Amino acid sequence: MIALVGRELALRFGRWGGVVLPLLFFLLVASLFPFAVGPEPRLLARIAGGIMWVAALLAALMPIDTLFEPDRADGTLDQLAARHVPFEIVATARMISHWLAFGPLLLLTVPVAAALLALPAAAMLPLIVGLAVGTPALAALGTVAAALTTGLRGAGALAGLLVLPLALPVLIFGAGAMGDGPAVAGALKLLGASSLFLVALSPFAAGAALRASLE
Amino acid sequence: MTEGAGHLEATDLACARGGRLIFDGVALRVARGGALLVQGPNGAGKSSLLRLLAGLLRPAAGTLGNPFRTAYLGHDNALKSDRSLAQELRFWGRLDGAGDRWLSALDRFDLAPLAALPTRLLSSGQKRRAALARTWASGAELWLLDEPSVGLDAASLDRLAAACAEHRAAGGLIVAATHVPLGLDDAAVLQLAPAA
Repeated sequence: MIALVGRELALRFGRWGGVVLPLLFFLLVASLFPFAVGPEPRLLARIAGGIMWVAALLAALMPIDTLFEPDRADGTLDQLAARHVPFEIVATARMISHWLAFGPLLLLTVPVAAALLALPAAAMLPLIVGLAVGTPALAALGTVAAALTTGLRGAGALAGLLVLPLALPVLIFGAGAMGDGPAVAGALKLLGASSLFLVALSPFAAGAALRASLE
Repeated sequence: MTEGAGHLEATDLACARGGRLIFDGVALRVARGGALLVQGPNGAGKSSLLRLLAGLLRPAAGTLGNPFRTAYLGHDNALKSDRSLAQELRFWGRLDGAGDRWLSALDRFDLAPLAALPTRLLSSGQKRRAALARTWASGAELWLLDEPSVGLDAASLDRLAAACAEHRAAGGLIVAATHVPLGLDDAAVLQLAPAA
């Protein structure tokens, strides 16, 4: 398991494009909004948190077609299956490395995007905490979608269609956690709950999907 | 490798892919030290039979008994292009729990000078040798070889034949789909015919 995660991280960080592209994408999406809705700081500050959640979701989708498809195409999945490595373990390792490759770096880029969107300083901490709790859920959903679409043509777009509706609860609770008042704590707990639920469930779903893709 | 009872055995094996019957009624039995050559025209199901034996596919019918640790060499070499040959072999060796056996596998297939290179720089024959080295390094008792000789030159073919002979002498089993002589002249032959 550790060997799998380590190798996967080495592969991901070995190609800078794979790691940096989602972050640049995140920043670009965030910086598009001032152009689209106008540079009025009060308006931007109001929607900044939501924009960053959407941008993070889209950035998490970017590397999806590199999660399992290369392993299926070059026979790595066959080799793992022939060694009786459970696909649930493979999927867990992939989910962890997928999150490690985009989650922490994304949190580091949030202040940059926040500056572009005139996010109030007081809203920064709730946003970062929310993203830290919520991005594992995005990684889990991405892992399932990647496993389900392995071996299909146009897999990236299809995976996006699969993930976006399922990510709605995460998005709703994430946005709720940025408001103010007593609702914040509740929303953060619900965000944490849905994140745990998705992280716990997705290795089994992804493992079953991978097994089906071998047949 | 420990001597012991048991053999690879299948009876009345059938394989279906995508709802189409590839073959049925296949029976085979390989004992320790034995080898089986799977032959037949393209599309007869040689690769599918090996994937069945490796546990990658489920048989549509029949029984299959494989008490052995198994190494599968497929069409694809499963080497990551950015990683060095040594990194890849060490990774799979660790998964196999075979320790440093991959180091001797490098020598056996004359790959030691290439160990530090990223695998994308290797020729197709060299990649094939790397996949063979992984099979050797696994320490598995049963080797399933799907066209192992693809891209190999004469010297490498000799190395492969020597490795096969040594593997069998140590009590290992080989099931190979190949039309190239691998020094397995005494092996049983399983002729697959396309299902009508």
